[in-house]
Amino acid sequence: MASLDDLKKRIASVKSTQKITKAMKMVAAAKLKRAQDSAEKGRPYSEKMNNIILNLSEGISDKENAPKLLSGTGKDKIHLCVVMTSDRGLCGGFNSNIIKKAKNYFSKLSREGKELKIITVGSKGNDQLKRIFGDKIIENISFKNSKNANFFDAEKVSKIIIEKFQKEEFDICTIFFNQFKNVITQIPQAQQIVPLKTETDDKEKSEDNYEFEPDEDEILTNLLPKNISTQIFKAMLENSASEQGARMSAMDNATRNAGEMVDKLTIEYNRSRQAAITKELIEIISGAESL
Amino acid sequence: MTEEFKLEVVNPEKSFLLKEDVTEVVVPAFEGEMGILKDHISIISFLKPGIIKVYSKSGEEKYYVEDGIIEFKNNNLSILTSSIFSVKDIEKNKIDEMLKVAEKESAKDNISDQAKFLIDQKIEVLRSIN
Repeated sequence: MASLDDLKKRIASVKSTQKITKAMKMVAAAKLKRAQDSAEKGRPYSEKMNNIILNLSEGISDKENAPKLLSGTGKDKIHLCVVMTSDRGLCGGFNSNIIKKAKNYFSKLSREGKELKIITVGSKGNDQLKRIFGDKIIENISFKNSKNANFFDAEKVSKIIIEKFQKEEFDICTIFFNQFKNVITQIPQAQQIVPLKTETDDKEKSEDNYEFEPDEDEILTNLLPKNISTQIFKAMLENSASEQGARMSAMDNATRNAGEMVDKLTIEYNRSRQAAITKELIEIISGAESL
Repeated sequence: MTEEFKLEVVNPEKSFLLKEDVTEVVVPAFEGEMGILKDHISIISFLKPGIIKVYSKSGEEKYYVEDGIIEFKNNNLSILTSSIFSVKDIEKNKIDEMLKVAEKESAKDNISDQAKFLIDQKIEVLRSIN
């Protein structure tokens, strides 16, 4: 059995850990608020962009010669996967969920005999993936220095993707990120961005005839790269909200566990203190009796 | 009959501007300036660097944009742009800074004609508001 002093030390150490996790929870909660706000504010832009693209791709006259970013290269050989994770740890299953989803997809691809290329955004994803897929990672981007997700960073990522597409280094591009549902649930998502999948929601479908200036093709060529930036930016916003949410609930759990541990240790401490006192009393009494 | 329609300007971070009482908007469309009044036909176009002029009851407002897409439908004008500033509020040294960057870009000889055209346009607009 541990001595009284040892127990005292352990209680103090658990308490100080609890203080740290509590503080981290508070910080995450404050950051979550901001991240959630910006994710919500960013939504109209990506929705509008999506709508316009939808309208355009329906109105396009010559489907054969549509921009490659929309129609694809016609092949399905090389897959580029952009795995977006956080730069910091201690956020529960946040990163591992994305990685798990991505790894499942990777093994599916290799079963089908497709070639795989990986870009990791965020250092945690790179750390976890480089052990197994190290030779497949062609680029590792990290935005450790930017405080919040910003559009400028998203454009950097999309520039790299578009450059590689124009060099025909891949046929299909998928991004992996966590979608923010609420503080305790984040859903890992895989979204194909090249070639663009136009989801035809019937209710969104408009029968309007638009006038285009200049013509559809030219607008599309200009718009599609922007759309990639927008999609990546959206993923980054969702990701940062998810990260803070995951961290908040992980730290909440940790704080609670630390509290339970302190309680248990305190009971043990009190018991052994009582036992020591009783032992001493017995010794004194039996000493007095023997006189 | 009112002659007003709704204008919404959004950038990736937030909804930048929302006005319900706009009477006319002049945008620097790619093929020339375009004025939009109420009941304009549905149109999609994209922007080159220039000044967006918004006329409403409260007067005239000017915004500088570098690029963007506009969509007009059912008397709703949406402008999507990643770079927009109010001409009134923009600081002078920021314009100078942007001018410097643009001029440096323009001096490069490995850019395409279209890119050069856009940058020259940008320089011209920046000089005019400076």
